[in-house]
Amino acid sequence: MLYAILCYHDEDVVSAWTKEEDDAVIAKRAVVTCGLAAEGRLGPVARLMPTTAAVTVRSGSEPFVIDGPFAETKEQLLGFYIVDCATLDAAIDLARQMGQGESGALEIRPLRLFQPGSVRT
Amino acid sequence: MTDIVWIDAALRAARPQAIGALLRYFRDLDQAEEAFQEACLRALRHWPVNGPPRDPAAWLILVGRNAALDDVRRRRHSEPLPPEEIISDLDDAEADLAERLDSSRYRDDMLRLLFICCHPDVPATQQIALALRIVSGLSVKEIARAFLVGESAMEQRITRAKRRIAEAQVPYETPGAVERAERLAAVAAMIYLVFNEGYSASGGTAHIRVALCEESIRLARLLLRLFPAEPEIMGLTALLLLQHARAPARLDPDGEIVLLEDQDRGLWNRELIAEGLALVEKGLRHRRPGTYQVQAAIAAIHARAARFEETDWGEIDQLYAVLEVLQPSPVVTLNRAVAVARLHGPAAALAMIEPLAVPLAGYFHFFGVRGAFLMQMGRTDEARTAFDRAIALAHTPVEAAHIRLHLDRLSKDSRPA
Repeated sequence: MLYAILCYHDEDVVSAWTKEEDDAVIAKRAVVTCGLAAEGRLGPVARLMPTTAAVTVRSGSEPFVIDGPFAETKEQLLGFYIVDCATLDAAIDLARQMGQGESGALEIRPLRLFQPGSVRT
Repeated sequence: MTDIVWIDAALRAARPQAIGALLRYFRDLDQAEEAFQEACLRALRHWPVNGPPRDPAAWLILVGRNAALDDVRRRRHSEPLPPEEIISDLDDAEADLAERLDSSRYRDDMLRLLFICCHPDVPATQQIALALRIVSGLSVKEIARAFLVGESAMEQRITRAKRRIAEAQVPYETPGAVERAERLAAVAAMIYLVFNEGYSASGGTAHIRVALCEESIRLARLLLRLFPAEPEIMGLTALLLLQHARAPARLDPDGEIVLLEDQDRGLWNRELIAEGLALVEKGLRHRRPGTYQVQAAIAAIHARAARFEETDWGEIDQLYAVLEVLQPSPVVTLNRAVAVARLHGPAAALAMIEPLAVPLAGYFHFFGVRGAFLMQMGRTDEARTAFDRAIALAHTPVEAAHIRLHLDRLSKDSRPA
């Protein structure tokens, strides 16, 4: 089963991290993702720019554009991983390892549709 | 990353919001700071045990306020308030508080806090020191190092600034739309000052200067989160990001200035550039141009050019023309002349800056630019005079050394073969 692991964090806290602290988080998570990648179980990974760079298009009879993220909550979606896990427990275990020592939340959501895409980077 | 590291980051992140709210309660900077300090001490004791609260800022505000009130009550021998162990376990109390302190109130609290630091009665250097101390929470020692002054001198400077602010009596009522816009503009200018202090290499070690630039970017992002639809704040944030992205290429290993044309663009921080470009684009959508947006747009053109030779000088010239209208200043014209020199040659550019000789008579860059134009035109004696004047006006040894390189090149070129 494919799962999305969605990373929700307090943006104020993440932007208060020093470069070293930020690197440490990335390194800790890389330990997990490298293992998955080696087993062919890691899909696309993305880290999103701060919500200050976001624009939201509100649908409706007359769609309009708002500056900023969709939800005005303390914790914001700051990135995601697509992973292949045999069971939900395995996915939960992954998220536990990824989020060790952090604040915030990692939401695990099974994928309904997956298109690997064709973006060249 | 350990829990303690997270707690440290959470305290740093909550600081502007918490001190802003405490300032509204106490209407006194020192008291607000003390209450926040006390709340932080208690957080360090309780968070590792009870787990982090859902809204750290709300927790700190509640606990900080109660600690201060408790202190007053103790002095009056009356009943103490419930200890914060109880408060931190009650999620309801926290949610209730967070609800009462709705986001628009927080916004005005933080804007007031930032605005207080850049009050017109406080000189610019004190503004920066105050903002770094109160909003960013840097220690007096760190700030003193950034300004190359002693710790006690910096302490005095900050105390004096606080006294001025207390005398100025900034109103605590919710500001009206016009006042809010004025505060926003003043705060944006102060954040830019903090950045320039870091960027201009006027003092401190490279490490401290980078910290100042990063802090100003954090403040700009914070301001943009408070006012997400303000194109000028997008412009300011973009400008800081795009300029800071070039920092790794600005000085060579010996600490000498590397001009834009000679910089190794591979060293530029692509992540910061991408965010800066996104913000420039986002701001332009509003069609309400301002000085920060235009300056950011100019920085964006440099950032987009893969090589110096690919720089779109025509576009830069046009943007400076817009800037001359928005913010007429001899320095803007001087900068435009650099673009004009690339487009139409040094003679046209020199003619453009001649009228600036009087208003910019004490400006280092004027003589550096003038000397460069004259050098390109082969008027070496005049170029040498201009460069000598630039060295006399240089603020830092690095600036002077850079001009000396030009002089050396002149002497080499004019030496008979």
